[in-house]
Amino acid sequence: MKIIVCIKQVPDTTEVKINPTTGTLIREGVPSIINPDDKSGLEAALVLKEQQGAHVTVLSMGPPQADLALREALAMGADQAILLSDRAFGGADTWATSSTLAAAIRKLEWDLIICGRQAIDGDTAQVGPQIAEHLQVPHVSYVTELQVGEKAIEVKRKFEDGWQRLRVQFPCLITTLKDMNQARYMSMAGIYEAYKREVKVWGLADIDVDQANIGLKGSPTRVKASYTKGTRSAGKVYEVDPRDGARIIVESLKEKFII
Amino acid sequence: MDFQLSREHQLLATTLKDFAENEVRPLARETDEKEAFPVSTVEKMARFGMMGIPFPKDFGGAGGDNLGYIMAVEALSKVCGTTGVILSAHTSLCAAPIYEFGTDEQKRRLLPDLASGKKIGAFGLTEPNAGTDAAGQQTAAVLSGDKYILTGSKIFITNAGYADVYIVFAMTDRSKGTRGISAFIVEKGMPGFSIGKKEEKMGIRGSSTCELIFENVEVPVSNLLGREGGGFGLAMKTLDGGRIGIGAQALGLAQGAIDETVKYVKERKQFGKTIGSFQNTQFQLADMQARTDAARLLVYRAACLKDAKQPYSTEAAMAKLFASETAMAVTTMAVQLHGGYGYTREYPVERMMRDAKITEIYEGTSEVQKMVISAAVLK
Repeated sequence: MKIIVCIKQVPDTTEVKINPTTGTLIREGVPSIINPDDKSGLEAALVLKEQQGAHVTVLSMGPPQADLALREALAMGADQAILLSDRAFGGADTWATSSTLAAAIRKLEWDLIICGRQAIDGDTAQVGPQIAEHLQVPHVSYVTELQVGEKAIEVKRKFEDGWQRLRVQFPCLITTLKDMNQARYMSMAGIYEAYKREVKVWGLADIDVDQANIGLKGSPTRVKASYTKGTRSAGKVYEVDPRDGARIIVESLKEKFII
Repeated sequence: MDFQLSREHQLLATTLKDFAENEVRPLARETDEKEAFPVSTVEKMARFGMMGIPFPKDFGGAGGDNLGYIMAVEALSKVCGTTGVILSAHTSLCAAPIYEFGTDEQKRRLLPDLASGKKIGAFGLTEPNAGTDAAGQQTAAVLSGDKYILTGSKIFITNAGYADVYIVFAMTDRSKGTRGISAFIVEKGMPGFSIGKKEEKMGIRGSSTCELIFENVEVPVSNLLGREGGGFGLAMKTLDGGRIGIGAQALGLAQGAIDETVKYVKERKQFGKTIGSFQNTQFQLADMQARTDAARLLVYRAACLKDAKQPYSTEAAMAKLFASETAMAVTTMAVQLHGGYGYTREYPVERMMRDAKITEIYEGTSEVQKMVISAAVLK
């Protein structure tokens, strides 16, 4: 079985600090990590590799620094790594990103594509399903469990208030949730080999894609404005014991029809 | 001269930090209080290849180097001194001498299980009357056919009881003094080999420190490590490497205590201000970090020299001397900056201070390191 795992390098938001005067994120010095949902997708692929044999390719689109995330994936046990990096791909929204990734995937052989549900720096959850649409294959999002059969994969799809069990035939795409497993650490041997192995870098010339669908120009999304949510009114301070505190909170939430 | 870690070592540092924070830190207090050898942690370390970092892949290792290995000891010791010394004794004192001095057959037979962590290693040199004066060995080995018959005992042996493979030193010819000492590979389960009293210690309490007892243990000739009579030199060379590991353990303890103190002084308020805003605190932290960074450079230098196959004996002694004394000083200052809370078990700095003391004693006391260093200086 051939699996492609799409990963994104993101800033580690648990380490991000906020500038107290401007209220904006301080990005300098923040370490980059593999997006957690994607990392669990990679772990799921590596488990399949161990259990029944699979060839795992990790694919990422990003600036040259995203090489680090792919080295980490190699050190965890991936077989092949490809970085889609070109100035022409820059400034992409989810449409342009998924168009570019789908074009790269068309060049590869695969049975299953695994994407993380969403990235912690964007939270759109759109890229995975869009790739499936570009490739005209079925997809299942929010997967928390999976079992692979000969021609199909059985998955448990999680919602806020329930779950579905679905069987979907190969070739297909799934998006995974970080809680589905605990991703392994890079192995010591894998780390020492990570920079001896190749990370293929593909640019615009290496893939067949309509240039109208890539990069900033191929991105229909327009951010009209972004702002920090401010407080609407001054808070009230009650000095009461916890029992009264809970009653006051519940009452005021009811007053505002929140509960 | 380049003080940058390579890309591989940077990658290694991130994963070691994650592993230490997620897998080791949560168990550190219990490991100390219950004197519990962290069996499950060692299994996890084995799974990620941590038990054989500097050995070639052909022998089941990670194909890495000594710098990577001591970075692992440092990272583990930052959160748990016990876990750090388990790795150090296993790697430096057992797997390393087999790799460096063993025959091809011994390496093929023993290294893959040690490097993969299926088996744990230990080292037995110290005896009740042979500590710093290691030449005063009473344990004896007498050749009888294709076996040596081993009789005697060892004390203060790290990893004892949990280890499967022990490098044990014994007199094969008492008339020759240090040239009559030989090294043997003793394996768990050999008839007559047993584990004696377990020590109750001030620090590194989760580490198993016991007596080894040999009652007419038949050790096959194929388990003689190095040549007969070459044991003393082999022990000294092995300890040269071990000192880098203990230096790294000390370094981890010092940095771990600083990290805890930084957190504490930013939160603790006295006289209406955080204690971190007082210049006394700031200057103490400055001293602590400067000394610890200096220790790191000495420890990393010794490891890099070993990796470059250059002489490193004096440098290892300097690294161990300076790092262990730094660990003792820095952890003591950390407890002081924590005030009364620092003296309680609620905060980890008191444990770190207790753990630090042993680094000035084992694998050669500070005084032994000074003998080694001064001998090189006066040469």
